[in-house]
Amino acid sequence: MVRVDGNGGAASLIHVRGLDKKYTRGGEEIHVLQGLNLDVDSGDFVAFMGPSGSGKTTLLNLLGGLDVPSAGTITVAGDEITHMSASKLTDWRARHVGFIFQMYNLIPVLTAFQNVELPLLLTKLSKSDRKKHVETALQLVGLGDRMKHYPRQLSGGQEQRVAIARAIVSDPTFLLCDEPTGDLDRKAADEIMELIGRLVQEYGKTVLMVTHDPAVAKQAQVTLHLEKGSLVDAPEGAGKP
Amino acid sequence: MKFLPLLIANLFRKKLRTSLTIGSFAVALFLFGLLVIVRGAFSQGVDIAGADRLVVINKTSLIQPLPLSYRDRLLRMDGIKQVTYQNWFGGVYQDEKNFFPQFAVDVANQRAMYPEFIIPEDQWKAFAEDREGAIAGQNTAERFGWKVGDRIPLRGTIYTGSWEFNLRGIYKGSRAQDDTTQFWFHYDYLDERRAFGKGDVGWYVVRVAEPDLSVKVAKAIDAEFANSPFETKTDTEKEFAASFVKQMGNIEFLILTVGGVVFFTLLLVTGNTMAIAVRERIGELAVLKALGFSNRFVLLLVMMESLIVAFVGGGLGLLLAKLFSLRGDPTGGILPYFYLPPIWIVAGFGTALLVGTAGGILPAFSAMRLRVVDAIRRV
Repeated sequence: MVRVDGNGGAASLIHVRGLDKKYTRGGEEIHVLQGLNLDVDSGDFVAFMGPSGSGKTTLLNLLGGLDVPSAGTITVAGDEITHMSASKLTDWRARHVGFIFQMYNLIPVLTAFQNVELPLLLTKLSKSDRKKHVETALQLVGLGDRMKHYPRQLSGGQEQRVAIARAIVSDPTFLLCDEPTGDLDRKAADEIMELIGRLVQEYGKTVLMVTHDPAVAKQAQVTLHLEKGSLVDAPEGAGKP
Repeated sequence: MKFLPLLIANLFRKKLRTSLTIGSFAVALFLFGLLVIVRGAFSQGVDIAGADRLVVINKTSLIQPLPLSYRDRLLRMDGIKQVTYQNWFGGVYQDEKNFFPQFAVDVANQRAMYPEFIIPEDQWKAFAEDREGAIAGQNTAERFGWKVGDRIPLRGTIYTGSWEFNLRGIYKGSRAQDDTTQFWFHYDYLDERRAFGKGDVGWYVVRVAEPDLSVKVAKAIDAEFANSPFETKTDTEKEFAASFVKQMGNIEFLILTVGGVVFFTLLLVTGNTMAIAVRERIGELAVLKALGFSNRFVLLLVMMESLIVAFVGGGLGLLLAKLFSLRGDPTGGILPYFYLPPIWIVAGFGTALLVGTAGGILPAFSAMRLRVVDAIRRV
């Protein structure tokens, strides 16, 4: 269940309370997020929409521990991340968050296999176990036959599939997707959304996604709108069971 | 080890740039090796000089002679154990390019004065018994393909005319750095045939009873011959050798300056290369951090790249310098001691790694301090 009124239960996977984020640009203070509340349960698929500069990506960065808020708290699976040191936050990200970026952000000099293997290098898994995990992840995204290909040898849709495999290979607590289809044509975008949908439905993954595209947002169970720094509108069921 | 593919992939990202940077290290360390060899060649005499030997020359100049009669006076002085004398010959073997030092020596005392030169007993005996006999160093004998029994003709330049010698022996050095380019023959043979300077010697070599007394004995020798027509200047063998090096200019300073400039330039090249390498992949480094790689890991990743370049390039340059030194003196006798000592290989390697570290440290720190949010936005 997704709520934005700050009354979510303790069983929620993600609790956000009174989240503020301010930037100072050219001597002027900009309030990107103001007193934002959010509760997300395990297995939810949430889309964030809003105009440019509304703070969607900032919210995603804060939830992923890539940035620190000006005020408020974020608690994920019982861990309050807002007061973690930088090194603890790095460890936490490795264990709990899978990132999917708009531009895929694969390492061009590594093969698909090596790109997907990256998060596992931070674990204690043996080489053979890592190989099993990577092969499983790549097969799940339909690229079992492209393991030795470099990013430049793949289409945009395939690159994003590799990025998804990299995001899920270490079985993180939740996935953060920042415009995952923003650089793809319609067909490839549909395939990627179908894949993300499968991850939620078949594998119970929790996904938080930022998008500009209403068609993409429709795939999510819940769409939340960000305006003036707050989640002001949740027409597709926010706050409902 | 599991991070090695990432490291190698990054190094081979821009093959030409990596090759050129490795090449810069290789050239710099090859040059370093050569400078060390040249420095060693010039200062070899200083480094291996006998601690208990003094060299007595004419106070006016080395090329001015001393009378043979000084020998007995020297032997009578306190603190002197042994005396021998030598005379520069300056002959030409076939062609002036074929330079090697030739000395007319005091056969009775030469061997005992220089125990570091090893000569088989039978060869020394044959030499001593043959007035036209000669002994050549191994290096020179090998250079010209001489064998014991060969007749060696030299054209005199100071003592004109044609001089012929019977090669009766070949000496070796007991240490790698001993000079095995010399050619010795009987002083008596020279003195008998030369047209001028009869009864003169070039210089004396004196062995003192106690090395600690060297300075005192040297002063006593010079005092003994003060106010005579042939005043002397006595130095330890080390000082004597060092004065030769000084005559050729401040080799040490020259080498340090050239070496310093080379390494400083290398530092700038490495720093610039690593800075470009980091700037080009800010987005990738940010992704690594987003995935959970620590700041320290990113720092080490960049540092390791820089160090591997230094390791490979430095190693290659030093290997080439060593191989070059093994081919021997390329100058035809001017640098008889053409050798790259292992300690300098280690020093060169250490310096290369130091330059690699210094060149990579700033780019590595900037990569470490990278804020993921800012960097991802730039992709």
